[in-house]
Amino acid sequence: MRQKGGKEMNITELTVHELQEKLKNKELTITDITKAYVDRIKEKENDVQAFITLLTEKAIEQAKDIQNRVEKGEIKGELAGIPIGIKDNMCTKGVKTTCGSKMLENFVAPYDATVVEKINDENMIDLGKLNMDEFAMGSSTEYSYFKKTKNPWNLNKVPGGSSGGSAAAVAAEIVPWALGSDTGGSIRQPSSFCGVVGLKPTYGLVSRYGLVAYASSLDQIGPITKDVKDAAILLNIIAGHDEKDTTSTDIPKVDYTKALKNDVKGLKIGIPKEFFGEGINEEVKVSIQKAIEKYKELGAEIEEFSLDIIQDVLASYYIIASAEASSNLGRFDGIRYTYRTPEFKNLKEIYKKSRSEAFGTEVKRRIILGTYVLSSGYYDAYYKKAQQVRTLVMNQFNKAFEKYDVILTPTSPTVAFNIGEKSNNPLEMYLADICTVSVNVAGLPGISIPCGVNQEGMPIGMQLIGNKFCEETILNAAYTFEQAIKFRENYKPE
Amino acid sequence: MSREDYEIVIGLEVHAELSTNTKIFCSCPTKFGAEPNTQTCPICMAMPGTLPVLNEKVVEYAVKAGLATNCEISRDSKNDRKNYFYPDLPKAYQISQFDKPLCENGYIEIDTENGKKKIGLTRIHIEEDAGKLNHDEFGGGSLVDLNRAGVPLIEIVSEPDIRSSEETEKYLRKLKSILEYIEVSDCKMQEGSLRADVNVSVRKKGDTKLGTRTEMKNMNSFRSITRAIEYEVDRQIDVIKDGGKIEQETLRWDEVSGKTFPMRDKEDAQDYRYFPDPDLVAIKLSEEYIQNIKESLPELPESRKQRYLEDYRLSEKDANLITSSKYLSDLFEEAIQVCNNPKAVNNWIISDISRILNETEMEPVEIPFDAKQLGKLVILIDKGTISSSIGKKVLTELFENPRNPEEIIKEKGWIQISDEGAIKEVVLKILEENPQSIADYKGGKDKALGFLVGQAMKETKGKANPQMLNKMFLEELNK
Amino acid sequence: MQVSREEILHIANLAYLNLEENEIDSYILHLQDILGFANRVNNAPVENIDITIGSNEATNVFRKDEIKVFEDYESLLQNAVTREQNMFKIPKVL
Repeated sequence: MRQKGGKEMNITELTVHELQEKLKNKELTITDITKAYVDRIKEKENDVQAFITLLTEKAIEQAKDIQNRVEKGEIKGELAGIPIGIKDNMCTKGVKTTCGSKMLENFVAPYDATVVEKINDENMIDLGKLNMDEFAMGSSTEYSYFKKTKNPWNLNKVPGGSSGGSAAAVAAEIVPWALGSDTGGSIRQPSSFCGVVGLKPTYGLVSRYGLVAYASSLDQIGPITKDVKDAAILLNIIAGHDEKDTTSTDIPKVDYTKALKNDVKGLKIGIPKEFFGEGINEEVKVSIQKAIEKYKELGAEIEEFSLDIIQDVLASYYIIASAEASSNLGRFDGIRYTYRTPEFKNLKEIYKKSRSEAFGTEVKRRIILGTYVLSSGYYDAYYKKAQQVRTLVMNQFNKAFEKYDVILTPTSPTVAFNIGEKSNNPLEMYLADICTVSVNVAGLPGISIPCGVNQEGMPIGMQLIGNKFCEETILNAAYTFEQAIKFRENYKPE
Repeated sequence: MSREDYEIVIGLEVHAELSTNTKIFCSCPTKFGAEPNTQTCPICMAMPGTLPVLNEKVVEYAVKAGLATNCEISRDSKNDRKNYFYPDLPKAYQISQFDKPLCENGYIEIDTENGKKKIGLTRIHIEEDAGKLNHDEFGGGSLVDLNRAGVPLIEIVSEPDIRSSEETEKYLRKLKSILEYIEVSDCKMQEGSLRADVNVSVRKKGDTKLGTRTEMKNMNSFRSITRAIEYEVDRQIDVIKDGGKIEQETLRWDEVSGKTFPMRDKEDAQDYRYFPDPDLVAIKLSEEYIQNIKESLPELPESRKQRYLEDYRLSEKDANLITSSKYLSDLFEEAIQVCNNPKAVNNWIISDISRILNETEMEPVEIPFDAKQLGKLVILIDKGTISSSIGKKVLTELFENPRNPEEIIKEKGWIQISDEGAIKEVVLKILEENPQSIADYKGGKDKALGFLVGQAMKETKGKANPQMLNKMFLEELNK
Repeated sequence: MQVSREEILHIANLAYLNLEENEIDSYILHLQDILGFANRVNNAPVENIDITIGSNEATNVFRKDEIKVFEDYESLLQNAVTREQNMFKIPKVL
């Protein structure tokens, strides 16, 4: 904190685009910013427990170096010296990447994920690796092997998951922004629980190279930020074709910040009525209803429609995700880079004991489910059917996007729940993903933004879904709403 | 019942390493014999977060192989994961192809005693090779080397159309020569770049139902394949004769004991849980792509053979031998370009060169000299610069330390003596030393002439022109 | 959905996982629960519908056959618990 023009400036309260402004106007230096975050981490991390690995010491050195090089004119770039936090399932060369698992407790990747390369190319500063549910399987971050991250709005509540560390860190303002990953809602749901903005891009917009795979056909990296403009800025950096990822799409580069027009007049918004039925909390419904009214006021056209297979899609999601996971997690074998059981009689014991001792219950559960649905005799009944349902939901979405520009739903059926409240009933936990998974199954972009709080003061998230590669549309819709309700000015954690 | 009462049924799954520069899903080199784990990267080591990207040459080579073996090329293909745990398979799944292989329904023709026979090919698909387990001499463990992990393979699956070990060898040799001709694999069996899983079953003659088969994995020499089939056929017939049942199992052939042994842990049920690899996109080949490859295919062995029969009048046997290896066939054609004497080149290849290859267990591709050197050798003999017996010595030298034959003979002083004066000198010297032979010859013993020529050759260390020697001895003796 | 004890042990064995005696029942219970729900895909109107593997519609994404050497192979071995002569050491495999 320091004085400028008589007004006290709290650096960590600022958004990244505000920081950029202050850097440009020389009101702040790069080292000011990093130091402010390091101090803030010292103050808050004990409560929030968002980080698995902290890089604060290195960060200060880096900040000095970058500051120097910027002053000498050696580096340019509008994000040089801006700190960031990275979910601990993205590989960082020379820094541990644990995936929240005992399996990778000591794993140091020999290479950088493509997104990490991009962050480094911008000379951004990595403050550390953020907590998550083990191998991104979970929606509360309670399945992390290392620690339970707390929701900054109420430390007795979960931050959501699996990118709970990322969302909590942004909400607690111990990082200005963060990268998360989303397989079935893992960016959007914690963003909703923590009252921040989370964007899951279209499948193929951001390279998955270096993202430790949970379910390859569903995983996507995206930004978790304080506001929509920051999300657009970070998306500008991480989006783009990558030759190392065959499933990344080669489309022309777009400046997403240019899409933020603060205008939704004539925007056609579809409301799928199945997302407002049983199981959706009343307060959430009311809050989303208010948001819909707000959009009407802002000149958008609202229409209700039916997306009647969302339950089937949820079933299909768990089949596909578990099947892919059961295969993706085979490489964790106790031989090359993982945990190894201390006692074994032969090779098979290394495999079986290492895997059984180092994978948590939820991971094992999904491996077993995935192995089951792929095993002979069940493939046609589960996996093949699930992939047919996938075609079906894509068709339904295609049809919907012939009529609507954006589909609006709640992000989660509930607000953040208490730590320990749900971790014993897996099916119940799975069912809570109902609002988010269809977006992954169909490969669409979805953004969660805060739209209000409940009586307890916990944030409620609204999800906007766009057609493939129509990030600009949902970013503008989200931005326009954000400008209208000024959530950040009205609500804060603590 | 005796062995003659049974029919042998054999099907082969041949794995051929493709001779691409890089691995199938990453840019690591594929060179054989590098230091352990030096041809690896995060991708082929299956580091978390890495992704495969398919090498375009692998698709091209597989399609080439398919077209050269009369396969239908699939317009809609994909990669699948085959899941199982083994330390040489770092991802715990092999990226292979399950229900949509690149090539299907082909055949290869072999020559049998009863004429030509078609061996059906079920499919050819692309997949990645596994790493290698080395045994630790001191510590009593195994050591994992992943240099080979991710080297591209095609698997060529035959129909159970083969009926004997001889047919098996013919099929394999034919397949090997085709792959060499189209230059998709170097097929070096001793380096494991061509290896076969052999499925064997027997049934009573006349039965239409196939017997239970056993599979012998990873065989990489013609000799062991033949021996293993013979052993396994005998074993199966013995089991059946004793009223037993053949168990469907995977066997390991042990070269030393000459026996097969069960390979897998029985409690490990195999269920590979194949599913489409979500990290890779579909392969949809266009007509144009396939047509272009078709047009780029080189001449295949069968066609070369016909040409040799017609243009060079080679015997069927010689033409078969030369065309069995692309390397030999190329050597033959290129040497002819140099010396324009097909008959002589043919003779060198089918006699002396083949003999040396057999004696030293060398593959044709390992022949150290080139066609130009062979052609020069023929020219030197044709011109009378050296005798054909010196020629044989030059060939031996070419195998040991290949260089220009002219240099060899100069260096070794092997140039034939064709100077009349010099020859006469030798003839006179030998005659003077051997009066008895002169008497013998004059007494009607023609053999004495041979003895004298031999002595003269000895004197000149084989360098004298034998025709001139003969002529001059006769002149002197008949004086 | 009924899942038998044998079945879950078979599946765990395929996945190279050991299940503790006291875990088996809860794994069975949860798996039955989840499969019971997942089974709804069998009532979905999917007749004659194609499968979708991923949402990316691209085809034929290939790489050129050009060598790029990964120089730092030491870093590939650095995480191994046991190594010898540049290789990963494991108990003897026959």
